[in-house]
Amino acid sequence: MTSPDTATRPPLTTTIRLRLRQPARRRNIELGMLLLAIAINGVALGLVQIGALGRIGGTMLALGAGLGILVLAVHVALRVVAPDADPFVLPIATVLNGIGIAGITRIDIAKELVGWDASGVRQIAWSAIAIIIAFAVLLLIRNHRVLLRYRYVIGLAALILLLLPLVPGLGRPVNGAYVWISVGGLSFQPGEIGKILLAVFFAGYLVTARDSLSLVGRTILGIRFPRARDLGPILVVWMFAMVVLIGQRDLGTSLLYFGLFLVMLYVATGRPSWIILGMLLFVGGAFAASRLFTYVGNRFTAWLDAFNPEYADDQSYQLVQGIFGLANGGLLGTGLGRGRPDIVPLAESDFIMATLGEELGLIGLFAILCLYLLFVSRGFRIGFTGQDDFGRLLGVGVSFVVALQVFIVIGGVTRVIPLTGLTTPFLAAGGSSLVANWIIVALLLRLSDSVRSQPRWVVVPS
Amino acid sequence: MNKELRRVSVLVLLMFLALFTSSSIIQVFQQDELAANPFNARTLYDSFSAERGSILVDGIAIANSVPVDDEYSYQREYSNGPLYAAVTGYFTLDQGTTGIEGELNDFLSGTASEQFLDRVNAILTGQNPQGAAVQVTIDPAVQQAAWDALGDLKGSVVAIDPTTGAILAMVSTPSFDPNDLASHNSSVVIDNYTELLNDTDDPLINRAISGDLYHPGSTFKLIVAAAALESGEYTPDSELPNPRTITLPESSSVVSNSGGGACGGGDTVTIADALRLSCNVPFAELGQELGYEAIAAQAARFGFGDESISVPMSVTPSIFPQTESEAQLMLSSFGQANVRVTPLEMAMVSGAIATGGTQMLPTLVDKIVAPDLSIVQALEPQVYGTPLSSETAALMRDMMINNVASGAASNATITGVDVAGKTGTAQNGEGEPYTLWFTGFAPADNPQVAVAVVVEDGGGLGQSGFGNTVAAPIAKKVIEAVLNR
Repeated sequence: MTSPDTATRPPLTTTIRLRLRQPARRRNIELGMLLLAIAINGVALGLVQIGALGRIGGTMLALGAGLGILVLAVHVALRVVAPDADPFVLPIATVLNGIGIAGITRIDIAKELVGWDASGVRQIAWSAIAIIIAFAVLLLIRNHRVLLRYRYVIGLAALILLLLPLVPGLGRPVNGAYVWISVGGLSFQPGEIGKILLAVFFAGYLVTARDSLSLVGRTILGIRFPRARDLGPILVVWMFAMVVLIGQRDLGTSLLYFGLFLVMLYVATGRPSWIILGMLLFVGGAFAASRLFTYVGNRFTAWLDAFNPEYADDQSYQLVQGIFGLANGGLLGTGLGRGRPDIVPLAESDFIMATLGEELGLIGLFAILCLYLLFVSRGFRIGFTGQDDFGRLLGVGVSFVVALQVFIVIGGVTRVIPLTGLTTPFLAAGGSSLVANWIIVALLLRLSDSVRSQPRWVVVPS
Repeated sequence: MNKELRRVSVLVLLMFLALFTSSSIIQVFQQDELAANPFNARTLYDSFSAERGSILVDGIAIANSVPVDDEYSYQREYSNGPLYAAVTGYFTLDQGTTGIEGELNDFLSGTASEQFLDRVNAILTGQNPQGAAVQVTIDPAVQQAAWDALGDLKGSVVAIDPTTGAILAMVSTPSFDPNDLASHNSSVVIDNYTELLNDTDDPLINRAISGDLYHPGSTFKLIVAAAALESGEYTPDSELPNPRTITLPESSSVVSNSGGGACGGGDTVTIADALRLSCNVPFAELGQELGYEAIAAQAARFGFGDESISVPMSVTPSIFPQTESEAQLMLSSFGQANVRVTPLEMAMVSGAIATGGTQMLPTLVDKIVAPDLSIVQALEPQVYGTPLSSETAALMRDMMINNVASGAASNATITGVDVAGKTGTAQNGEGEPYTLWFTGFAPADNPQVAVAVVVEDGGGLGQSGFGNTVAAPIAKKVIEAVLNR
């Protein structure tokens, strides 16, 4: 039987033309946001100069533009070497770095520093170096699992770096904390690089050792506590943190390393008991140290009783002046270049947040905090969606270390915790900090590229 | 691993929440408190480098900020420093501020909460912050007349408009030049400040409202007379015994009238005559009859002991001290013993009588004008209290007119105008020069000014100066300046 309308039916098969295309959506998003970030940075730098000097200085803007071109070059390279990398990481790092340069330049203007004496000029140079190093890391480490192989070497390197400031003649006290080393006039914070190596080591170690750390143990009050012999690692790291606290006289650095370890341990093993144990150990140790060592105790007093006339002109002078700066900024800020952030000692490095908070106001400070939060969340995304546990743990580790450092530094400036000698990631003046944080950018880009949350190739009808 | 990650995410959120909270507390909630902290140098720098508002008298600046090329950007200048020093006060880098400069600093520097929108506007438009101008109630002609009349004498003149409380003149001599303390060179300021501070004549003290206060002498009889009339048991014609002297109870001290004789000719004397001739003996008797409570209550109604009066500089409370001793009470009744007053308080007493019993709150602030010429705050006359009834006020006024017309205050007479007044010649101890007083108001039927004049050190005449010879002529010139406006 044939149907009368057979002739009008379309043919069962037909020729369709298909094309394979590599999706570039992520990189295009990145490009758009990068251009926005560079524009924000340029405007911020220009406003600082107009606000504080009354005119625009061409040199700084030209140097800044050079940095912008460098970042755009990284973007172009990413299209080839890590096309699926997270599109937010690079623009956020860029805008934070740029706002930091604007803030540092603000202090330079107030202190009438120009040329190589100006921290802002050096910061731009360091930014260029840091971006180039980050780019090198991106090219060198094409597969992050390589790092797993060298975990013990990396761990040893981290240990050496972190303890370097304690070597007599090498360590240089800043603000009473021994977190800097000084070699031939060049200063460096070895802990900044050390924290990344530590994160790599922890990730590598925990991926291999987590089964024994999580599966066995005794249950008390519904929480499974580890066996005594498995306590080894946490005790070693705790002792190490205490050495840092007492030797380097810095609660922040100590808290950073120990906090990083605890969180990675918890994420790897899923045992809250580790957190409880660790917190008890740390708080107990810090308390004992504050009682045993006057300089640790003094830092606590200067924090708790900052406005006491006895300390406000002395131990807590910087903290109190920073808070006055923030208060002076208020909700809206004084406007870039129009505050008096230079009253605060180290306003371009440790207290860069007080500088920015004064001139950009609470609104600006919130915006910066949100940028950090977004940055950290992109790192956590790798933890949520990654395919290999080492990569996931490493992504969480390096982004948590940024979050914790932001908390410790800004918490110190706003009197949530005692003041420390750590630097604000991306913002503060200082080469070691910049290099370290840009390496974190490179690692996050590399890790996120490996997540492959979307197809490499798509079929498009032509 | 994802469950743990979620928990760590929450931890990170909490950490950031702590930062959001702490920064909000500092930058918003504690902002004012932190700005007022004595360790906060920013507030000082800002109040110097803002274009500080002017202090105006009748629309003309007596203090203004001139741009200069140093770290503070603006220099404070006083166009007629010594004349207005009691009003403006001084404004220094690190030796504090006084007067209007100190009390209205928030407005002058533009940091008052009323000027919040102006500040936002200045930020948005990129302009320099600007303070508000303060127009004071001082009348330049009256101030000048008071200044000229006091001349080289040490003392003070306060003139107020009794119907509004507006202070028309406030002079304190010897004065100082606030320009000497406005320098941006700290050591110059400290040198000048130390010199002024060590000056035994205390030029930095505003004698009109503060300092060591004065014995009111016979001017206090106004308050005793008012207390008597208010009690309802006395009229101006009530008779009091009229001995030449009276010996104080439980004491060998003798009170006599200033002339040494009896008060008028009779065996008795009326309250009106005792006030007109300013006799001490009858008032000592009257005070004894009235008792401590009645006089203290009347003094308190006039504002004695009130610490809250500010113009806006706070006014040292005048004192009618608690006493159990009748001798002390009798001495207090003609303004001796431990009674102490400010010239402003005495002007307020005259003002209350002038208006028929309504006492206005004195003030120096006419209006505060924002940089955009909008009025931030304008003088609204405020009633301080009703220390005496209109009947008592009328009787008091008539007695005070007689004081000037045919009594002990004759040197305040102005042809064609009824001047009401009371003199005082207060003793300050054995051999010490007198404190000379005049307080009063004019015209009596339509009062435009209430005035108090005090001259220290007997006006240079030791114990031969009298209120009527030294203070009354000064008051006369001040009153004439008001009437000639």
